Amino acid sequence: MSFLDIGLALLVVLVAVWTIAAQDLFASAVGYVAYGLLLALVWIRLYAPDVALTEAAVGSGVTGVLLIAASKRLGALKIAALEAPPSLAFKLLTGVLALLVASALAAAILMLPDPPPSLAPEAAVAAEGPGAGLGNPITAVLISYRSFDTMLEKVVLILAVLGVWSVGADQAWGGAPAPLRRSKPYPAMVFLAQMLAPVGALIGIHVFWVGADAPGGAFQGGALLAAMWMVAMMARLRDPPRIDAQWLRLALVAGPAVFLVTGLAGVVMAGNFFAYPPGLAKPIILFIEAFMLMSIAVALPALVAGPPSGRSEQ
Amino acid sequence: MTPSILAGLVGAALVGLGLYGLILHPHPLRKLLAFNLIGSGVFLVFGIVARRGAAAGFPFDPIPQAMIITGIVVAFAASALAVALILRLSAKSGRVTLDPDAWAKQNGADAK
Amino acid sequence: MISLLDLFSVAAISAGALFFFAGTVGLLRFPDSLTRLHALAKADNLGLGLVALGLIPRAESPLAALKLIVIWALVLLSSASTAQLIGRSLSRGRK
Repeated sequence: MSFLDIGLALLVVLVAVWTIAAQDLFASAVGYVAYGLLLALVWIRLYAPDVALTEAAVGSGVTGVLLIAASKRLGALKIAALEAPPSLAFKLLTGVLALLVASALAAAILMLPDPPPSLAPEAAVAAEGPGAGLGNPITAVLISYRSFDTMLEKVVLILAVLGVWSVGADQAWGGAPAPLRRSKPYPAMVFLAQMLAPVGALIGIHVFWVGADAPGGAFQGGALLAAMWMVAMMARLRDPPRIDAQWLRLALVAGPAVFLVTGLAGVVMAGNFFAYPPGLAKPIILFIEAFMLMSIAVALPALVAGPPSGRSEQ
Repeated sequence: MTPSILAGLVGAALVGLGLYGLILHPHPLRKLLAFNLIGSGVFLVFGIVARRGAAAGFPFDPIPQAMIITGIVVAFAASALAVALILRLSAKSGRVTLDPDAWAKQNGADAK
Repeated sequence: MISLLDLFSVAAISAGALFFFAGTVGLLRFPDSLTRLHALAKADNLGLGLVALGLIPRAESPLAALKLIVIWALVLLSSASTAQLIGRSLSRGRK
């Protein structure tokens, strides 16, 4: 176990402690983004490059944008958070509880079974067989071995978007969410958006395409595309679309819809729900992933943009 | 102690830290941050299980890793929903708090 | 016997690490946010550039080396723009 591992572990815990202990909400959010990036390095050390990509893009990047935008909107409401600080006894009790939970989890980890059980052989079979030709076993697992889970996860994303939209005022339904910045954008921001967005979109599509054989995939590529759209929205080059826009709703639903139809077609063509006919597996998987990419790239900015805001709201 | 076990212990520590922050912080957004910390600690524990399950020619077990990727995206969706609810609650009630007693003290202007 | 290319890599990456160290010391020790931005810009541009330069001989294909240069160019773009934006909001009085 090298110096790098120990140093990374220490750094991750220290940044997490700082995120909890920081006085200011903005400082805490920035600490969380830094923590996410360090965690991506830990994932690389654990031989999980796809997870590292997803953590850096979604877990740290897009969540960071969400939290910072939320803290800005909360600040704009101009209401003070008046709270009585918790008493020392309460803090001690909570500390003891947290310590107990952490120790129980640590004990469970130290007592993990020693010839470690593994589902890797099943995944290898899935990558060879129905996911034929896929060099990335994680893509094979996502779209072929656990395809139903992935489709339901896309449906969960749509449910979250519906939930976020429902939170707005009744008379604002159908309108557009508030723009991500109120006033005129800074020229530096516009320059960044105009240069970065096309390059970032290309990289996102590349990450998606390469994900069939190398680390990458629809989630990571979709997160990159979503981030580029958010950069464009932050520079007011585009405003968040109206939530009753036909293309928005079609793009959102396209991912799981295509997935479901392909799964049902598998009953007819390959004899089983979500089975792919051999030989056609890789093109079908890429076809499904392309629509998933579009869905994710549309759902993530919709979640960050928030509920529609009518005239009566801010 | 292998790197996996060390990372697992870090995950356990993160869950404890997140729980502490979730219970103690009065501000709802900081509670959300702490909750995300708990989530990423759990994902780390999942990840070391994936690393330890190296077999069949792969240096990792792909199935837990696929579940972690799904989990990260779903955790973001849940955070976004929580943020929307917190913003709406604060705009309606005029206070940034999750304490129901603070709500009950308001007379008149709450229901909608 | 260490080859010349390996020596070049080690030298470039060490120089890059030196710039990162200097940038971090500046971040911690400079009195003002604007001066800290200045220190960070050095770390980002020169430090990362030297590290990328040192990694190029070790890339497994010319395409991978090109990717390293593209990464450096993207970081250059975003760090320059972000420094401008932070400086702008600092000059408007936000701490």
